[in-house]
Amino acid sequence: MWKRFSSNIGAMIGVVLLLAVIGIALFAPLIFAHTPWQMVQRPFLTPFSMDGLPLGTDTLGRDVASQLAYGARVSLLVGLVSTLVALLIGVPLGALAGFYGNWVDEGAMRFTEFFQTIPNFALAIVLVAIFEPTLASITIAIAIVSWPPVARLVRAEVMSVRKREFVDAARLAGLSRPRILLTQVLPNTVSPIIVMASLMVATAILLESSLSFLGLGDPNAMSWGYMIGAARTVIRSAWWLSFFPGIAIVITVLALNLIGEGLNDALNPHLSRRGKA
Amino acid sequence: MSIVTVILSRAFKAFVTLLAIAVLNFCLLHAAPGDPAVVLAGEAGAADEQMIEQLRERFGLDQPFYVQLGKYVGSVLTLDLGYSFRQGAPVAQLIAERLPATLLLTLTAFVISLVLGIAFGVAASARVGKASDSLLTTLALLFYATPLYWAALMAVLVFSVWLGWLPGFGYETVGAGYTGLARAFDIAKHLVLPALTLGLFFMAVYMRMTRASMLEVSQLDFVKTAKAKGLSGPAIRRRHILRNAILPVVTLAGLQAGQLVGGAVLTETVFAWPGIGRLMFESLAARDYNTILGVFLVSAAMVILFNIVTDIVYRLVDPRIGAKA
Amino acid sequence: MSALSIEHLSIGLPQGADRAFAVEDISFAIEKGEILCVVGESGSGKSMTANALMGLLPPGVTVKSGRALFEARDILRLPEAEKQALRGARIAMIFQEPMTALNPLMRIGEQIAEVFAAHDRFSQQERREKALNLIREVGLPDPEKIIRAYPFQLSGGQRQRAMIAMALALEPKLLIADEPTTALDVTTQAQILKLILDLRDKRGMAVMFITHDFGVVAEIADQVIVMREGSVVERGSAASVLTDPQHDYTRRLLDAIPTGKLPPARAPREVPALEIKGLRKVYRTGGGMFRPVREVRAVDDVSLTVGRGEVLGLVGESGSGKSTLGRTAVRLVTPDGGQVLVGGTDLAALSEEELRKQRHKVQMVFQDPYASLNPRQRIMGALTDGPITKGVPKAQAQARARELLDIVGLGAEAASRFPHEFSGGQRQRIGIARALAMDPELIICDEAVSALDVSIQAQVLDLLRDLRERFDLSILFITHDLRVAAQLCDRIAVMQKGRLVEIGTVHDIFLRPQQDYTRQLLAAVPGADWAKAGAA
Repeated sequence: MWKRFSSNIGAMIGVVLLLAVIGIALFAPLIFAHTPWQMVQRPFLTPFSMDGLPLGTDTLGRDVASQLAYGARVSLLVGLVSTLVALLIGVPLGALAGFYGNWVDEGAMRFTEFFQTIPNFALAIVLVAIFEPTLASITIAIAIVSWPPVARLVRAEVMSVRKREFVDAARLAGLSRPRILLTQVLPNTVSPIIVMASLMVATAILLESSLSFLGLGDPNAMSWGYMIGAARTVIRSAWWLSFFPGIAIVITVLALNLIGEGLNDALNPHLSRRGKA
Repeated sequence: MSIVTVILSRAFKAFVTLLAIAVLNFCLLHAAPGDPAVVLAGEAGAADEQMIEQLRERFGLDQPFYVQLGKYVGSVLTLDLGYSFRQGAPVAQLIAERLPATLLLTLTAFVISLVLGIAFGVAASARVGKASDSLLTTLALLFYATPLYWAALMAVLVFSVWLGWLPGFGYETVGAGYTGLARAFDIAKHLVLPALTLGLFFMAVYMRMTRASMLEVSQLDFVKTAKAKGLSGPAIRRRHILRNAILPVVTLAGLQAGQLVGGAVLTETVFAWPGIGRLMFESLAARDYNTILGVFLVSAAMVILFNIVTDIVYRLVDPRIGAKA
Repeated sequence: MSALSIEHLSIGLPQGADRAFAVEDISFAIEKGEILCVVGESGSGKSMTANALMGLLPPGVTVKSGRALFEARDILRLPEAEKQALRGARIAMIFQEPMTALNPLMRIGEQIAEVFAAHDRFSQQERREKALNLIREVGLPDPEKIIRAYPFQLSGGQRQRAMIAMALALEPKLLIADEPTTALDVTTQAQILKLILDLRDKRGMAVMFITHDFGVVAEIADQVIVMREGSVVERGSAASVLTDPQHDYTRRLLDAIPTGKLPPARAPREVPALEIKGLRKVYRTGGGMFRPVREVRAVDDVSLTVGRGEVLGLVGESGSGKSTLGRTAVRLVTPDGGQVLVGGTDLAALSEEELRKQRHKVQMVFQDPYASLNPRQRIMGALTDGPITKGVPKAQAQARARELLDIVGLGAEAASRFPHEFSGGQRQRIGIARALAMDPELIICDEAVSALDVSIQAQVLDLLRDLRERFDLSILFITHDLRVAAQLCDRIAVMQKGRLVEIGTVHDIFLRPQQDYTRQLLAAVPGADWAKAGAA
C-alpha cells in the first residue's frame, strides 16, 4: 500500500508541500522575531524591497511573511479539528443508518438530507455570526456543515459491506449486532473514510479562509482569509497583499488534495475483473 | 411515478424542509447571546426602547416558548421575514429586490460550470494518459484548490484593473441610462467575471467527476457490445458512454447546488453584485440577524429548487427511474 | 476452405501477470455451418482468443504471433478501420452477462437498428422493419412492444435473445458466443441453446461457442477443443471427445462433471435434524406515500424435513425461493409464518437474544468464496469467533480450528493467514471448517460450489461427501444444478415460485418424476441424454 502511494508522484509532491507548510506553522515563532500583529515598518512596503521583510508589509506596516506563517497555524488547526469533529458526527450516524436500516436509516437520512440541502457556507456564516467568531465557533460551524457527506459515505459503505456473506457468517456465529458492526463491518469501511477525511481537511481550510475573508475570523488569530479580506480594498495599489495569502491557501489545499487522491489510488485500487481469460 | 406526482412529492418535501429551517432560525435567534428582542433589532443603533417593546409584543417574547415558535414560523409562512432596522425596510422586500441578480448569477454560473465541466471531462477522458488530459486534470486540480473569492479578486486585478477588458464592479454601468438590448449587453458584460469565477471551482468538480465517470462506464460490458457491433470510437462515446456517464454528474450537480448558492455570498461581495449574498455580507457587520436569517432561508429555498430541477432532468435521462417505482 | 482458421496464435499478457501468455501457439479451424465448442476453466485463455478475433483485447494484451484467416484475410493484422467494418457485419459476438451487455438507457429496437447504422445500411424505415423481423426470428414475444422496451424491462433470457438478434442483424459468417448461457437458468439455457442450433441450421453460419460445461458441449457441439492454461490439450469431434477422451485433463474434467450417475440409495433417516412446517415469507417492495406495495411470495407454505445424517438437496431456478428458504432456516431471514424446528427448538419463534444462544445449531456454507470471509480478519478469528461466543475456552477453540483446517485439507498453519492468500476453492474449505467449528446439528450449503470451476467443484464435493460419512452430518444442500444435487444428496426437493413442487429420493426424482415441472427441469439439464447414456 505504501509502495503504491509512494510511487505516485502527485501524492509525494503533496506530502512535501504539506510537510513544508506544517514546518513553517510549527516553527513560526523561531523564524520570525516579531508577531504578525507588530508594526515593524512603514505600511505598503513592496515585496523584496527590504531585507528581513521578504514579502513586504501590510496596510498597518506589519510583516506579511510572519502573518503568512502564523496563518498556516490557524488553517491547519481548524482544518484538522473540524474534520475530526465532522467524522465524530458523520461516522456513527452513517454507520447506524446503514447497519440498522429501516426507521433508523429513514430518520438519520432525513436528518442528513436536511443538512445537505441547506447551503453549507450560508449556514456556517449564520452560525459564526450568531455565536461570535472564535476559533472554537468557527471549527464547530465548519464541522456542522461538513459531516453530511461523511454520513452518506459511511452509510453506503456499511450497507454494501453488510450484504456480504461474512457478515451473515458472523451473525450465525452468534455475535451481537453491535459487535458485528464494530469488528466486522466498520474495519472494512476505513479506507474510503481516510480518503474522504484528507479531502475534507482541504475543504475545511477553504471554508475557514472564506469565513475570515468575510470578517468572520477569530479577531485574536491571524489567518490567510483575513489577510485577503483586509487587503481587498487596496487591491489596486497593493495587489501582493491579497496575492501571497491566496497562493498559500492554494498550495496547502492542493497538497491535501494530492495526498487524498494518492491515498484513494493506493487504498481503493480498482480491482480489475478483466484480463482474466 | 409520473412527473406530476414526483413534483408534488418533492414540493411537499421542500415545504417540510423550509419549515424545519424556519424552526432552526428561531432556535438560532434564541441561542444567540443576549436578549432576543435586541438581537432582532440588530446593532444598528436604530433600536430604541419603544421599538424593542414593539418587537417583544409582535413575537410574543414574553410568552411561552412554543407560542413564540408558532408565531415566528407562522410569520415566515406568510413570507413575513421581519424588519431590517438597519436598512429601514421589510426583509422580504429587501430580498425580493435583490433576488433576480443572485438568480441570474448563480444560474449562469451553474450552467457554465456544468456545460464546460462536462465538455472538458469528456475531452480529457477521450485523451486519457496524453498530454492534453494531464493539462486539463492539472488545471482542474488547481481550480479545485483555489478559494473562489481569491480567484474573483485576481480576476478583477487582471482583467479589470490591469487589462481593462471587463468591468469588475457592480451589476450595470450606473448612470449610463441604457435600456433594452443595450442594457442587457451591459449587464452581460458585468456578469462575465462573477459568473466565471463562481463557476470555476464547480467546473473543476464536474470535470473531474465526468472524466472519472466516463472512464468507469467505458469499462462496462455494454460498451464492449457496442464495439462488437462495429461502432466507431466517437459513436460509442457519444451514444453509449456519455449518456450513462452523465447521470452521476447530474446527481452531483444537484448536491453541489447548495455550495454554489453559498459561494455566491463571496462572489457578490467581491464584485459588489447587488444580490442577496451581498445583502448578507452587508448585514454581517451590522449584526442585522433578521436579514441574515432571511437570506439564509431564501438561499435554502433556491437550493431546493435546483435539486428539484436536477431531479427532473435525471428522470428525463434515465428511463429506469419512472418505471421502477 | 474453413470459415475461420487460426494458426499458431500466441497472445501476450502484460508484465506482472501470472504468466507470459494468455494463449500460446494454438491452432484450430471452424468449418462453415459448424459449431466448435472451446472448453476450458477460468484462466484457460478461451475468452482471450475470442477477444483477439474481435479485436477487443484489453489494453496491454497483444497478439504476439500467429494469424487468423477469415475470408482470405488475416484478421489479426487488419487496420483498425477494417476490423471495425468486420465486427458486427461479418463476425458477431454475444457475451456471458445479458444483464449488463445491453445499454440500460437505450431501447432494444434502437440497439438493434444501431448495428445497421454502424455499417451504414438501409434507411431508417427499413432498419425498423428489419429489427422487428429479427426480434421475431429470435422468438421474442410481441415484437412491437419489445422494440420500444428498455433492457431492464426484459428477463435475462429475453435479453440474451435480443443480443442474438443484434449479432445476427447483418448475417455474419461467424458467430462467437462467449459463455452465453452461463448466467441463465437451466430451462432458459436449454431454449437459448436450441435457438442457436436452429439459427445455425437456417443460416449456415459457423459458431465458435465458448463454455466450461461439457453438458452444453454434449448439447450443441460438432467439434470440440479443450484448452488449459493457454494451450489446446485435446481436439476432436464432440462424440469422440465425450466418449473417448485422450488427454488426462479432459478425462478429469469429464469425471468432475456430475453425470447423473446416481449414488446408491441409503436407508431413510427417521430422526429429524430439521423440520420446517408451513413456512411462509413474503417480500414487500415499494410502499410509502406515492408507491403501491408489491408482494412476492418467496416461500409459500413449505414443509419439509431433513433427517439426522441425511443430505437433502433443494433444487430450483432463480426466484424459486430456495435461497430464502435456506436463509429462513438459519433465521438470517425471519419468516412471516410457520416453524423451523431444530432439536425441538423453533428458531422462527425465538427473540433476538435467545436466538443468539441457539445460533450454533444451524450453520451455513455460503456461495461466494470471495465475500464469505472478512478480508481484514485472520482465518483463526473467523473460525474461533463463534465457538468463543458460545462459551468454548479460547485455547480449546483454537486447537479445534487448527484440527478442522487440517481435516478440510488446508493444514493448521492456514489459521494465521488472511483470506486473500487463498484461492476460491480453498476459501470454500475454510467456510466449511467454519461451519463445522460450531458443531452444528445441521449445515446449510447455499450454492456452495456454484462459483467454482468444475474440477475444483468436484474436489469440494468430494470433501463434503467425506465429511458427511465421517461426522454423520445433516445437510440441506441448496443448488440450481440438478447434476450436482444427484452426486451428493439422498433426497431432493424441487421448488418453483416459492412452492415445494416435489420431494423424493434421488432415484425417484431422476427416474420417476411425478410433476411436470420436475420433468421440464430434468429435460433442460444440458447433456441430459448423453449423461443418461453414460449412466446406463
